[in-house]
Amino acid sequence: MSRIGVIVCHCGSNIAATVDVEQVVQVAKTLPHVAYAADNKYTCSDQGQQAIKEAIVEHRLDRIVIGSCSPRMHELTFRKMLSQTDINPYMLEIANLREQCSWVHKNKAEGTAKAIDLIKMAVAKCDRDQPLFTMSIPVNKRALVIGGGIAGMQAALDIADAGYPVTLVEKEPSLGGKMVMLDKTFPTMDCSACICTPKMADVGSHPNITVKSLAEVEQISGYVGNFEVTIRERAKYIDYSLCTGCGLCETKCPTKTPSSFEQGLGLRKAIYKPFAQAVPGKPTIDAEHCRKLTTGKCGVCEKVCPLGAIRYDDTDKVTAETYGAIVVAIGYQLIDWGSIYGEYGGGRYADVISGLQFERLVNASGPTEGHVVRPSDGQEPKSVVIVKCVGSRDPEHGRSYCSRACCMYGAKHAHQYLDKVPDGRCYVFYMDVRTPGKGYDEFYMNTQHDGALYLRGRVSKIYQQNGKLICQGEDTLSGQQVTVEADMVVLETAMVPANDADRLGSMLGITRDKDLWLSEAHPKLRPVETNSAGIYLAGTCQGPKDIPDSVAQASAAAMKVAVLFAHDELESNAMIASSDVALCNGCGACVSICPYSAITLEEITLRENSKKVTRRISKVNPGLCQGCGACTVACRPGAMDLRGFSDEQIMREVDALCQW
Amino acid sequence: MQTADLSAIAADDLKLAAKIARQAGVGLDDCYQCGKCTAGCPMAHAMDLVPRQVIRALQLGQVERAVNAKGSWVCANCMVCSARCPQGVDISQLMLAVRHYGKKHGLRPEPDADKFDDAFVANIRNFGKSNEAILAAKYNLVSGHLLQDLGSVPKMLSRGMIGPKIHGVKDKKSVRAVVDRVLKDGGQQ
Repeated sequence: MSRIGVIVCHCGSNIAATVDVEQVVQVAKTLPHVAYAADNKYTCSDQGQQAIKEAIVEHRLDRIVIGSCSPRMHELTFRKMLSQTDINPYMLEIANLREQCSWVHKNKAEGTAKAIDLIKMAVAKCDRDQPLFTMSIPVNKRALVIGGGIAGMQAALDIADAGYPVTLVEKEPSLGGKMVMLDKTFPTMDCSACICTPKMADVGSHPNITVKSLAEVEQISGYVGNFEVTIRERAKYIDYSLCTGCGLCETKCPTKTPSSFEQGLGLRKAIYKPFAQAVPGKPTIDAEHCRKLTTGKCGVCEKVCPLGAIRYDDTDKVTAETYGAIVVAIGYQLIDWGSIYGEYGGGRYADVISGLQFERLVNASGPTEGHVVRPSDGQEPKSVVIVKCVGSRDPEHGRSYCSRACCMYGAKHAHQYLDKVPDGRCYVFYMDVRTPGKGYDEFYMNTQHDGALYLRGRVSKIYQQNGKLICQGEDTLSGQQVTVEADMVVLETAMVPANDADRLGSMLGITRDKDLWLSEAHPKLRPVETNSAGIYLAGTCQGPKDIPDSVAQASAAAMKVAVLFAHDELESNAMIASSDVALCNGCGACVSICPYSAITLEEITLRENSKKVTRRISKVNPGLCQGCGACTVACRPGAMDLRGFSDEQIMREVDALCQW
Repeated sequence: MQTADLSAIAADDLKLAAKIARQAGVGLDDCYQCGKCTAGCPMAHAMDLVPRQVIRALQLGQVERAVNAKGSWVCANCMVCSARCPQGVDISQLMLAVRHYGKKHGLRPEPDADKFDDAFVANIRNFGKSNEAILAAKYNLVSGHLLQDLGSVPKMLSRGMIGPKIHGVKDKKSVRAVVDRVLKDGGQQ
C-alpha cells in the first residue's frame, strides 16, 4: 500500500486566484492511498520544500504529488529535494495547475474542477510510480566539427584551445567556407581575407586540430560521449606528406575549367588550389577534368613535380573514430535564383550576377583583380542596379524568411561600386532596410550619402534592350512606376540550407524546420544545442546570419562542448523505454519509428517452456533514448514501455479522470 | 500612373536638386522618408505633393515635379516638420527654397499664395510691421477675391485686431533696409 502526499501550491496568486486551493486539498484527502494533503503559498521556496520533507517523515510518505506549475519549471527542483530524503527522486508526479489550468481559465469554479481532475490523475499515476535509477555514461573527450567555414573554424579553435583534440571535416579542398570568398566585411570594411586566412592558418597549425579536407561524414552511430563516426576523405591524388605546395604542377597543367571559388567568373587548372591562401596549402586533382585520369594521356604534373608527390592511383580513405561531441557548422548556399526568376532573365543575361559573384569581381585577388567590369564585355558598368530580397520574403517563388545579411551587404556593394566607379550611378531596389547591429544603420545611411539611390519596391522585370538591362520597378515612396537602364544588375539572393543539411540532419537526429534549416533545441534558451544530446549547431546551418553572429554562436557551441568534456562521466536519462523480452516478437516496428536510432534488434538465446530458443528482440540503448515514447505506441505486443510513463500509469490516469 | 525613366534624369537635374536643397541647408540623402514631417503637417490636407513627396521628388532628381507641385506653396512655414524631423532636415526651409526657385523661374502653381506673399512683404516694407487690414484689402484686390473674409470684419473690429488707425514702427527706414537687403541677397520674392 502506497502512502501518497499531496501538496497543492498557491503560486502566490497565480494559481490561487483561479483555483480554490482549499477545496482541491479537501478533495485530495479523500482520494485512495492519500495519507496527507496540504496547501502551500510557494512550494518551490526553501520553506515550502522543508515543509514537504517534514511531512514525509511525519506521515511516513513514500511518494509525492505536487500540484503547481509546469514540470518543465520545477520538476527537477522537487526531484533534487526528494534526493535529500529517503524517497527515490522519481516517486514524484507534478500536476500542472498553473500553465494548463489557472492561467488559461477565468472562471474559478471551472478552474477548481479542472484542478481537482488533474490532481486525481496525478494521484492515480503516482500510485504506480517505481523507483528509477540513472546510469553513468563515459565521455570520450574528442570533438568532431563538421564544416570548415568561419563558424566551424572558430568552434574548432575554441575547443582545441580548451585542451581537447578536435577533428575538423571540410568537404571542399580548403578551409574558409563562404567568408574567404568575400572581399570586405561590413560595417568596418576590413578585408575578409585579412581576418579569415589567419584563422585558417591557426586551424591548420593547431596541435589539437586535425583537418580532413575534401572529406565528408558518411555514417554516425552512438550517443553523447560516444559517437562512432565514419569519415570519407576523397582521393586528392597527391601525397600530402611529400608535397610542399610549390605550385609548379598547377602552372604546367594544360587543362582549364571554370572555378567554383570564383563563382564561375574565372578559370582554374585541373590540378589546383582553390585560392592562393588555401589551407591545406597543397593542391588536389579534379578527377572529373584531369586529362590523365579521364583519358590516360598527359601526366605533366607527375613529370614536373620535383618531389614525386603525384599519385594517380590514389583512392578514398575511410576512417572510423569515436567522438564525445559534434559541432555541426555546414553553413549555407545561395538560392538558385535562375530557376525561379524568369522575369529577371533566369540566368540568361551574363550581366545579371549574384552578390557572391560581385564579391569576386570587386576582390583584389579575384578574376578581374578588383576591377568592376561587366562579365559580358569587360566594360566598366556606368550604372548598376542592386536588387534586394531575391528569393527572400517571397513565399510564392523562394523562401518566406528574411535572409538577414543582404541589407547590409547590399549597402556594402553599393558603397564599393561607387568607390571604384565614382562617376557611376547606383540604384538599390528594396522592400525594407533591416540593419540591426552595431554601426549597421550608420553604414547604410553613409551609403546613401555616397550617392546610392534607394528605391522602395521590388523589381518586376529585367530585360535586355540595346545592350542595356532595363529594370522595371516602382518607387512606392513617390508612387511612380520607374525604369532604370543598367549596365549590370546585382541580385542579393536568399541564403538557403547547404545541400547535405537534410541528409546530415537525419543522420544526426537533428530536426529540420520547414525550410530545412537545422533546428535548435529551444529558439531562445537553448540556441546552440540540438534535440540530440552532445550535438551542437554553429553558424548559418541553423538559419541565416552574418559573420559576427556566426562566430558568437560557434564560440557558444564550443563552450557547450567544453562543459560536456569537463565531466568524465554523464548521468543518463532514467525515464527511457525498455522492452519486455517475454512479450517482444522482434517485429522491428520500434526500430523504424525511433527518431534517435536508439533501438536495435538483437538475437538472443533463452529457455522458454524448458526449450532453448533463439529469437530476435529489440534492445534500447540507454545512452541514446530520449524517452519520447514513440516506440511504446508503435509496439503491437505491448512489450515496449516507458519508465515513468508506463502504459498502466497512463490508463490509470484515464480511469481516474472518467471514473473517480 | 506615369512611368519615370530614372536613367533619363540627367546628372544636372540631380545637381540642381542638391543645389536647391543646399540653399535650405538640407542634405537630400539625410531624409529616409519616414513621413513624420507630413504626419504633423497642418496643411498636408490641402497639398498635392506633401512635404515627404516633395523631398522624394528632389531625391529622384525630379526638380520640375517638385516645383510644379502646390505643396511648397501651400506650406505655412510653421516649422513643425523641421522641429520634429529625426534626421534634422529643415523641411520648412526646403519648402521655401523650392518655392523660391519656382518663383524665380516663373512657376507659380498656387498664384494666390504668391500674391499673398508679395502683399505681406510689401506691407512689412511699407509699415515696418504687418497691418492686417491693409494686408487683407490688398490681397483681396490683387487676387480678385474681393469679398473673401469680409464676414470676419466685425469680429476683428470688436477685438481690436483691425481699426481705423494704421500701425507702424517708429523707424520704418531701418526695417525697409533690412527687407531690401534680404530680397537682394536672394530671399523670398
